[in-house]
Amino acid sequence: MNRAGSAEEARSLPSKVSVRNLNFYYGGQQALFDNNIDIPEKRVTAIIGPSGCGKSTHIRVYNRIYELYRTHRAEGQVVIDGKNILLPSVDLIDLRKRVGMIFQRPTPFPMTIFDNIAYGLKLHYRVGRTELSDRVEDALKRGALWDEVKDKLGEPANALSGGQQQRLCIARAIATEPELILMDEPCSAIDPVATAKIEDLIQTLRDNYTVVLVTHNMQQAARVSDFTAFFYKGYIIEFGATKQIFTNPAERETEDYITGRFG
Amino acid sequence: MRLRSRTQRKVADRAARVVMVPAALAGIAVLAWILWEVISRGAGALNLDFFTQLPTPPGMEGGGLANAILGTLLMTVLATVIGTPVGLMAGIYLAEFGTTSRLATAVRFTTNLLMGTPSIIVGIFVYALIVLRTGHFSGWAGGVALAILMLPVVLRTTEDMLNLVPDELRESALALGAPRWRATLTVVFRAAKTGLVTGILLAVARVSGETAPLLFTALNSFYWPETISEPTANLTVTIFNYAMSPYADWQQKAWGASLLITVGILIVTVLSRFTLRDRKSRTWSR
Ligand SMILES: Nc1ncnc2c1ncn2[C@@H]1O[C@H](COP(=O)(O)OP(=O)(O)OP(=O)(O)O)[C@@H](O)[C@H]1O
Ligand SMILES: [Mg+2]
Repeated sequence: MNRAGSAEEARSLPSKVSVRNLNFYYGGQQALFDNNIDIPEKRVTAIIGPSGCGKSTHIRVYNRIYELYRTHRAEGQVVIDGKNILLPSVDLIDLRKRVGMIFQRPTPFPMTIFDNIAYGLKLHYRVGRTELSDRVEDALKRGALWDEVKDKLGEPANALSGGQQQRLCIARAIATEPELILMDEPCSAIDPVATAKIEDLIQTLRDNYTVVLVTHNMQQAARVSDFTAFFYKGYIIEFGATKQIFTNPAERETEDYITGRFG
Repeated sequence: MRLRSRTQRKVADRAARVVMVPAALAGIAVLAWILWEVISRGAGALNLDFFTQLPTPPGMEGGGLANAILGTLLMTVLATVIGTPVGLMAGIYLAEFGTTSRLATAVRFTTNLLMGTPSIIVGIFVYALIVLRTGHFSGWAGGVALAILMLPVVLRTTEDMLNLVPDELRESALALGAPRWRATLTVVFRAAKTGLVTGILLAVARVSGETAPLLFTALNSFYWPETISEPTANLTVTIFNYAMSPYADWQQKAWGASLLITVGILIVTVLSRFTLRDRKSRTWSR
């Protein structure tokens, strides 16, 4: 089921994101050191590593969401579609339309299921009423949630189960037609059955989107990703085809981590 | 090191209870006593005339305090209309934009001062600011004084309630491409809505029993508040005047007005409790 990428493929695929010499600081404290990575387009790339190694910090640079906090600072280059998005001239709203993000805990907005999905759509598009409901339906279908909620679109999103809420958030992110979707441990707060549904969903997303998935769950990385990056203490230790990382890692730290010797 | 003996711990626990339980009971007893006095003396004054008639001249039986009830309502509404938007906006600024900036720190400090300022000082301030300038007491001045007293309460609860909204919710809205102001108004604000309503209700409850600031601003009147540009009747100053008077009828009306205000504040406080409970049972996730 997993069309795992190979090392050659990694080099031959066009990259959606090219990170060069990325350093990140929380105030005076450095959290990322010289990160370099090329995220292949229309593939799932997993980011693994022990707690506190900088996985979240790394992907939060891609949509510049860290800028909500004054003391957080990134240096280096993050090139998405040929443009360095760290430049001050970049339009954040446009960037965030192209780069969606899913968080560890589901974050339904305090409004109806329908309005949750419509929220992002209305931010970026002028849409009439009928087109809006078509788009909402389409997003919920792609988020594998439509059948469960089609009769209660007017109910508050908070009333859904945790797993449904997380798929709602994915559908909400998909609705604005991003090209890149960042997921920060999207399954860590939900049960195994719901996790399986989301993993299936990620598989289908690969056809149209580039997905970066942070996960603590090694089996999950092995199941759903084509490529894997191993982070350790703010450094990217190793990046390659998932199969190769898990069967024949080049670095000792990677091997120690995936065999459970630490982390 | 030796383990503390169980008996020692038990004795300490007993001693703490012996001191604290009576203190708690004393607090409740005083409150119950006040309620009892107000109800037993005031209930007799509350009849249809009390709510519908104007006051009678001194020494004459009958009449009511309809004008004071209306005046108190008018000025409380005026204060809410002025104080709430300013308090909400300043609270948004502190929680969402100012956070640790110098201006925000200064605003927080000033708000604490204002919160602790005796209401009579606010009354004198508005007297100097509006009453002296315009040359007469007015409902406007009263409303402004009450608004100033509401402001710090609304502001602080707004900031506290917005701070309770998890950052992930803000980030989710921003990550979809929402501009900051829009994320604040459509997502963060909405998530904190019931808490904000609670803050406003508590502020209303706080000012509706104030006397001193009105004494210097709205004063009082025996007539209907036809415009609020003139001295305006209100319940608290009426209580003050009537209770000091030698007439038994007026004194009883003062008790009636006290009962009315107590019940009013009780209702508003209970309402705010309900909105708060509602909030707790429907937190933003799960
Ligand atoms: N807001 C912050 N302020 C200061 N330091 C932070 C902040 N957030 C994270 N850090 C630090 O930066 C480092 C990287 O944190 P990050 O959250 O990126 O790790 P992570 O790999 O996502 O960990 P986890 O698997 O636990 O989510 C850690 O040492 C952490 O303590
Ligand atoms: Mg993390």
